[in-house]
Amino acid sequence: MPTVSMTVNGKAVSREVEPRTLLVQFLREHLGLTGTHVGCDTSQCGACVVHVDGRSVKSCTMLAVQADGRVVTTIEGMAAADGTLHPIQAAFRENHGLQCGFCTPGMVMSVADLLKNNPSPTEREVREWLEGNICRCTGYHNIVKAVLAAAEALRGAPAHAAE
Amino acid sequence: MYAFDYHQPASVADAAAALAAAADGKLVAGGMTLIPTLKQRLASPSDLIDLARVDELKGIGEESGSLVIGAMTCHADVAASDIVRRSIPALARLAGGIGDPQVRNRGTIGGSVANNDPAADYPAAVLGLGATIRTNKRDIAADDFFQGMFTTALEPDELITRIAFPVPQAAAYVKFPNPASRYAVVGVLVAKTGGGVRVAITGAGADGVFRATEMEQALSADFSPKALDGIAIPSDGLNGDIHASSEYRAHLIGVMAKRAVAACV
Ligand SMILES: Cc1cc2nc3c(=O)[nH]c(=O)nc-3n(C[C@H](O)[C@H](O)[C@H](O)COP(=O)(O)OP(=O)(O)OC[C@H]3O[C@@H](n4cnc5c(N)ncnc54)[C@H](O)[C@@H]3O)c2cc1C
Ligand code: FES
Ligand code: FES
Repeated sequence: MPTVSMTVNGKAVSREVEPRTLLVQFLREHLGLTGTHVGCDTSQCGACVVHVDGRSVKSCTMLAVQADGRVVTTIEGMAAADGTLHPIQAAFRENHGLQCGFCTPGMVMSVADLLKNNPSPTEREVREWLEGNICRCTGYHNIVKAVLAAAEALRGAPAHAAE
Repeated sequence: MYAFDYHQPASVADAAAALAAAADGKLVAGGMTLIPTLKQRLASPSDLIDLARVDELKGIGEESGSLVIGAMTCHADVAASDIVRRSIPALARLAGGIGDPQVRNRGTIGGSVANNDPAADYPAAVLGLGATIRTNKRDIAADDFFQGMFTTALEPDELITRIAFPVPQAAAYVKFPNPASRYAVVGVLVAKTGGGVRVAITGAGADGVFRATEMEQALSADFSPKALDGIAIPSDGLNGDIHASSEYRAHLIGVMAKRAVAACV
């Protein structure tokens, strides 16, 4: 079995895996990082979004071997070491941007990628960006509100840049 | 997913050799089509040959009147490229309208064109702009490349290296997207070139992307939306499915084509 090595949330990890292991399986089952969710079989829901080399991707549609040597950030890597929520997470809580919370890890990771490249998105840009993140509870309205609030918070606190 | 052996070649030559050596090898580019297919056990290749580390397949450049895009360039990079936005803005917009941001961060132009999904966007640009598909073996004109849905002129051990798009005088792509996947229910690319007008339709044809020659003739004589009045696209040979009947698709072709012409002028 090939060995894969990557940096996950700042820590170097190395494991033997079958080539058919998905990145999301690797994160959840091999590393025990169950914050990344699986919500579909069709690469459409976005519950599994993580960052690979700083770009948001669907970890259910990538093999662990394809992340060999790369830098991966998951939802577990967003809050500060002392547990202080990342401003995007805080904005979701503040604005009631979640109900069951199943889609939230993917939403937060997707939004972190958006705000890194576009710190002041319009409401329309936020809605377009979230095309690949499906929420079956909230109706999206409060998610969009949370993203706009997070953008404002991050602009006010440059030291806390998205990711 | 069934088990397979995984290879990460660093050059086109090594990738081609690995593909030729495998019992039933498959190239993987962005994996946005192939990995879902493997997950559903609809394919069981013996070997996956990953093109991700083949640097010579990446990048965007210009060559005497053409825009040349490496096969492994992802949709997000095409959409954001200053070169593409300047020389063929319609292509940047097309790439930026594929799927969603995470699909665009992984999916590649080479994978999309090789796959030739009848509802994919890039085939309309490749055919409509009269692009040339460069492979490890030869150059293939777009008019000879697409050979029916999910079928292309590629040989089993042939891989796309680059796609060269001649820069048109004007071009626009307009699609009616499926609201869930963003694949084209109907997509129309109209290009005004030195050699006349080309119109390519994706999403609708039962045999995949095709050229609307009657529209091309009308637009070559008069490049305006009203030149398309009275051209009825027959619904024979068009797809009908849960998303849209063939009659509806025929109607949409006319509407999308007019919008594309209007966006050009
Ligand atoms: C949720 C979702 C929404 C999508 N929406 C759209 C959409 O709106 N419009 C659209 O056009 N597409 C859409 N797609 C498809 C997406 O654009 C894919 O990325 C694309 O079709 C395939 O590209 P890939 O790089 O992922 O190829 P892969 O999945 O890696 O490969 C696809 C096929 O091409 C072959 N191949 C790959 N590279 C080469 C090469 N260089 N030479 C020869 N053969 C090669 C592979 O062997 C395989 O058979 C969507 C996909 C998803 C999951
Ligand atoms: S689990 Fe649904 S897109 Fe990955
Ligand atoms: S909060 Fe339940 S799916 Fe989004």
